[in-house]
Amino acid sequence: MIDFPILTLTTFLPLIGALAILLIRGDEQIVARNARAAALWTSLVTFIVSIFLWVGFDNSTADFQFVEKVSWIPSIGLSYHMGVDGISVFFVILATFLTPICILASWESIQHRVKEYMIAFLVLETLMVGMFCALDFILFYIFFEAVLIPMFLIIGIWGGGRRVYAAFKFFLFTLTGSVLMLIAILVIYFEAETTDIPTLLKTMLDPRTQLWLWLAFFASFAVKVPMWPFHTWLPDAHVEAPTAGSVILAGVLLKMGAYGFLRFSVPMMPYATDFFTPLIFTLSVIAIIYTSLVALAQEDMKKLIAYSSVAHMGFVTLGIFTLTFQGVQGAIFQMISHGIVSGALFLCVGVIYDRIHTREISRYGGLVERMPKYAVVFMVFMLASVGLPGTSGFVGEFLILVGVFQVNTWVAALATTGIILGAAYMLYLYRRVIFGKLEKEDLKSILDLKPREIAIFVPLIIVTLWMGIWPAPFLEVMDASVANLIEQHKTAMSALQSDGFAVK
Amino acid sequence: MVTSADLYSVLPELILAVLAMALLMYGVFRGDKTVNTVSWLAVGALVLTAIIISASPDTEQSAFRGQLIVDQFATYMKWLVLIGSALAIIMSMNYNEREGIQRFEFPVLILFASLGMLLMVSANDLMSLYVGLELQSLSLYVIAAFRRDSTKSSEAGLKYFVLGALSSGMLLYGASMIYGFAGTTQFDQLATLFTGPNADPGVGVIVGLVFLMAGLAFKVSAVPFHMWTPDVYEGAPTPVTALFAVAPKIAAIALLVRTMVGPFGELFEQWQQIIIFISIASMLLGALAAIWQTNIKRLMAYSSIGHIGYALVGLAAGSEEGIRGIGVYMAIYLVMNIGTFCCILSMRRQGMMVEGISDLAGLARNQPMMAAAMAIFMFSMAGIPPLAGFFGKLYVFMAAVNEGLYVLAIIGVLTSVIGAFYYLRIIKIMYFDEPAEAFDKMAGREVGTIMGVSGLFTLLFFVFPTPIVSAASKAAAVLFSAG
Repeated sequence: MIDFPILTLTTFLPLIGALAILLIRGDEQIVARNARAAALWTSLVTFIVSIFLWVGFDNSTADFQFVEKVSWIPSIGLSYHMGVDGISVFFVILATFLTPICILASWESIQHRVKEYMIAFLVLETLMVGMFCALDFILFYIFFEAVLIPMFLIIGIWGGGRRVYAAFKFFLFTLTGSVLMLIAILVIYFEAETTDIPTLLKTMLDPRTQLWLWLAFFASFAVKVPMWPFHTWLPDAHVEAPTAGSVILAGVLLKMGAYGFLRFSVPMMPYATDFFTPLIFTLSVIAIIYTSLVALAQEDMKKLIAYSSVAHMGFVTLGIFTLTFQGVQGAIFQMISHGIVSGALFLCVGVIYDRIHTREISRYGGLVERMPKYAVVFMVFMLASVGLPGTSGFVGEFLILVGVFQVNTWVAALATTGIILGAAYMLYLYRRVIFGKLEKEDLKSILDLKPREIAIFVPLIIVTLWMGIWPAPFLEVMDASVANLIEQHKTAMSALQSDGFAVK
Repeated sequence: MVTSADLYSVLPELILAVLAMALLMYGVFRGDKTVNTVSWLAVGALVLTAIIISASPDTEQSAFRGQLIVDQFATYMKWLVLIGSALAIIMSMNYNEREGIQRFEFPVLILFASLGMLLMVSANDLMSLYVGLELQSLSLYVIAAFRRDSTKSSEAGLKYFVLGALSSGMLLYGASMIYGFAGTTQFDQLATLFTGPNADPGVGVIVGLVFLMAGLAFKVSAVPFHMWTPDVYEGAPTPVTALFAVAPKIAAIALLVRTMVGPFGELFEQWQQIIIFISIASMLLGALAAIWQTNIKRLMAYSSIGHIGYALVGLAAGSEEGIRGIGVYMAIYLVMNIGTFCCILSMRRQGMMVEGISDLAGLARNQPMMAAAMAIFMFSMAGIPPLAGFFGKLYVFMAAVNEGLYVLAIIGVLTSVIGAFYYLRIIKIMYFDEPAEAFDKMAGREVGTIMGVSGLFTLLFFVFPTPIVSAASKAAAVLFSAG
């Protein structure tokens, strides 16, 4: 099992499926049907393969596992180096888990250019998985940035009314951040003479350079997370993207930024991380409170959930930069939880959007009378988003707040108000859409969930409740890697202190 | 005294010259009926030249008392030039036939232009540099105006000629100043003059160098000597534009690199600031001016100005890595441009060429393969990984960062974001907009094949980049090993 290139398989299996779909020819209807089926099967097989990553994962070590390394461009020392540790393994599985759900969710809502749509999604899956597995900086960068291509097309081709604007904004915002990161990667390459991530994790960069490098990485990741005030692309992209596009965007793409902080900024630039922690805290707290308030005022369901994503990701960045065991672990857990819950919420919006073709909250009301199953499903995810104990949202937010309290009580107090506001806007949304009188004419004939839609939501509900009730299997996997991350940071900081650097 | 060793070193050029003249005679006696034969024979002549070039030994040879030099840098760049010219001839055949400008002189003129480019790449003396440059330029002036009955084409040819003559004048003026103050025009002797502890180039040589650079900057269409590019690109027949975008640019960049790094290598501090300036200016103008273009050929003109700016980042670094970056960049640039121009050549509606960017609307519906190829080229030109264009930028920026040119690198990547905007706009028009009327079916397999092959190269370059990178590394190394 050890020698089997399971990561390469997980990464490139979707690409093979995409190639197969590319070769489908014939009548448009038949092509569409075959493309859907091929995409679904490919993504399901990929998901099953990725499960072996979890099964075969060794919880006791913080080292990278399932490592593969092949020389790629020897003249500048690049290699095709893949591997996962306790931090990245769940993101891989999250990506492979959400892709089949997205494909299933687009089964009927996407009716034109189905073939291209499915190809775009499978390519996107390859790139997402590859990004979380890459252990070479340039390789990482290639995956990180290549994601923009399929996402740009998904928003631009299958999106809503202002799709062109949203697609351009998404692309150019993210690209601006990433190119600065590229320069930083090149600087690191010449400082440390390698782009190999495991080696770099053990390398100490010059503290003064670290500050600049950290800012360059911050430019890229803060846009991606997105942190306030770099979040303005997100509501546009979410609103205009097709449902499945929003799911992947919220579920996986936002995690790429936070993953970047965890993988690169924190361990490679400990001095700069320490130096800039107040900045992150400030921006995160603003994100949590401000975007929650903004969410309260939204008229569009997707926009509301988009703003709630910014707030939830604020918790994540807060957790990462506490640099406490609970904080970091909570942040990772919260990311997985948010990936599933916010993805599911977008799917919930998609369900009624497919029927009524509007996302305006005021167009709905009293849905519980016609759609009881839907009301239950929506309630589960709404409560998970609020962070009700017993759902996945609670564990993540709780751990993060435990971490934050150890570091800064004021920040913790402010962040906690965000939870209250979160409950406010989610419950308000739920009340306006599900409860109330069923008055609108077109809603009186609305149909409840179809079997296909139930098939989409059941796995999501199971995971949400499982993560909330028995989170141990998830947390155990992270333990060693997170402990190692914290330990390394402490060692690095004490080394700096003895070198005479001012350290808090 | 001409020795057989001299002749042997310039064998490829000799053969190309003889074949070009033979083809000219053949065409004269057989008339315009034989255009296709002459074209294919011309392609054959270029291929043969390329084979002879690669068969020549790897060691450095100089010929005619140091007038010309044959080394791996020359071999690499000549290969690119020959590929560019040969593809341009193939692309022109069908086009010329349809537009009724089928003349056998066309491929022959491209052969002479290519000969000039080979001489430029090999030039090791200001005299041979000028001779090569003029042979190339004169042939190109004629083919720019090849469509005699179109005012636009004639205007393009005239504009190119007048401005080209001006730049040649500046170049000659610079060369004569250098000769006047240094007493030699030979590159190796110039290099020794500026080396050593007591070497003082003197202000005269520096002024001469500035003029020389101005002349060369014109040939690579770097800002502020770029004004001719959009008009000539737009006016010239499309296959000619394709040729202009690649072969002469590559030859001129090779010449600029050899001149700067070779004889004037010791004056690095003096010319570096000029190169940094024109590099930044080209990147900025290429990115900003292209945004408002509606004609795709004009857009490509600004795009090529921007690309030259990126390539010059490598020269600004002035290191072996930088030159390697230029080598990789030019190879990728060649493929991307040839591919894009194949797409532009296929933009034909009811027998008429269309050149508006908006004519591409909905191409993804009508011709999905062509749209996909075009999208690959556009993303690649924007420098988005994993496409080839990203690696070109990676190598030049790598060199810049290693030399500490952080500001240049940051300006470079930020302009590439601005540039991404207009490349994305083309993709938006092809993929997001409602379909316009479909284009005619592609006539002839050649253009489609070239498009497909360049598309695959651009897409899959990342899988196995080593051959090109190591060839470029060798080419760059040879420039630095001697000095």
